Amino acid sequence: MAEQTAPPESTGTPGAIAAGPPGPASEARPDKPDAAVVRDALGVGIAVGLSGFAFGVTSAGSGLSLLQTCVLSLLVFTGASQFALVGALAAGGNPYTAAAGAFFLGVRNAFYGLRLSQLLALPRAVRPFAAHWVIDETTAVTLPQPTRRAARIGFTVTGLTLYVLWNLTTLVGALGAEALGDTDAWGLDAASPAVFLALLAPMLTSTTERVTAGLAVVLALTLLPVLPAGVPVLLSALAAPVVLFLMGRKRKGPGDGKGSDGTVTQRKKGERHS
Amino acid sequence: MNVWIAIGLTVAGCYLAKLLGLLVPAGVLERPLVQRMAALLPVALLAALTAQQTFGDGQQLVLDARAAGLGAAALALVLRAPFLVVVGAGVLVTAGVRALA
Repeated sequence: MAEQTAPPESTGTPGAIAAGPPGPASEARPDKPDAAVVRDALGVGIAVGLSGFAFGVTSAGSGLSLLQTCVLSLLVFTGASQFALVGALAAGGNPYTAAAGAFFLGVRNAFYGLRLSQLLALPRAVRPFAAHWVIDETTAVTLPQPTRRAARIGFTVTGLTLYVLWNLTTLVGALGAEALGDTDAWGLDAASPAVFLALLAPMLTSTTERVTAGLAVVLALTLLPVLPAGVPVLLSALAAPVVLFLMGRKRKGPGDGKGSDGTVTQRKKGERHS
Repeated sequence: MNVWIAIGLTVAGCYLAKLLGLLVPAGVLERPLVQRMAALLPVALLAALTAQQTFGDGQQLVLDARAAGLGAAALALVLRAPFLVVVGAGVLVTAGVRALA
């Protein structure tokens, strides 16, 4: 479940999302047949679910056991956090900094949940179970649906497909990695950075995101040789508040309050994809 | 044991983050600054992780086959390849460069 978010209208390529706002406006189709929603949901669920294979291989290659790898996919079930955790552990980070990095990446799901909760209007008793499926892909499929019924179908079908496939392919990937032996010889240590890059690319929608990413890279590489493993990545997260602060100051200069309002709207639109 | 501690913390933390969004009343997290921070934080973390896992080897900076693999993945992204193809390109090129070296 690579956190790559493919809107249902797209063909599932990460690049298609980079454009930001989803294609057709939801108002354009007030009466969407259930079958169309299911088709959207299956498309995203299957395409992304298969990438659990990359996680299984990476996790096993990082030295985690089969059980540990599968527990992560079963119980964490949010791809970027899973990759970050096994990467940090493989680099020799202590468990707390490793978990902190994974947690910070998972925080965005809280914001997805906020949007979904209004749309799905789930009974309180169901929410603790539905929460496990609140991730990029389910959000991307659910938010554009025109009705509550369509939203609920989209959420459930995407969540179920993705959960089943992600866990199966994790298992297959981990078993495959064990059979391969030295995963580095197969270039599999490059799977994880490639995944991160693929997740990152669609988020780089404006200068703010690009500057933040650039600053984070500089911070991470500068701090890497001097700080314990895991810490540089955590400190790189500071790029976000720093850039927000600097951009905020820059906006206040020439314009008035209106400029920042515009930015907020823009960000809200893009937010579901990040 | 350390690995299990990390897994336990991650499981709990990530689940609570997901649940929080469904349980809190709308409006609490809707402040613009909070929203923007939430959108930008993954950008910073993913960029840092990409750099660290491409150029890091323990506490050393290295330039090896992974850089070529990442370049291939970036090219695949530019060409709008599907997710799995992007990852596959990174892996294959890294393995290829290592085999040649």
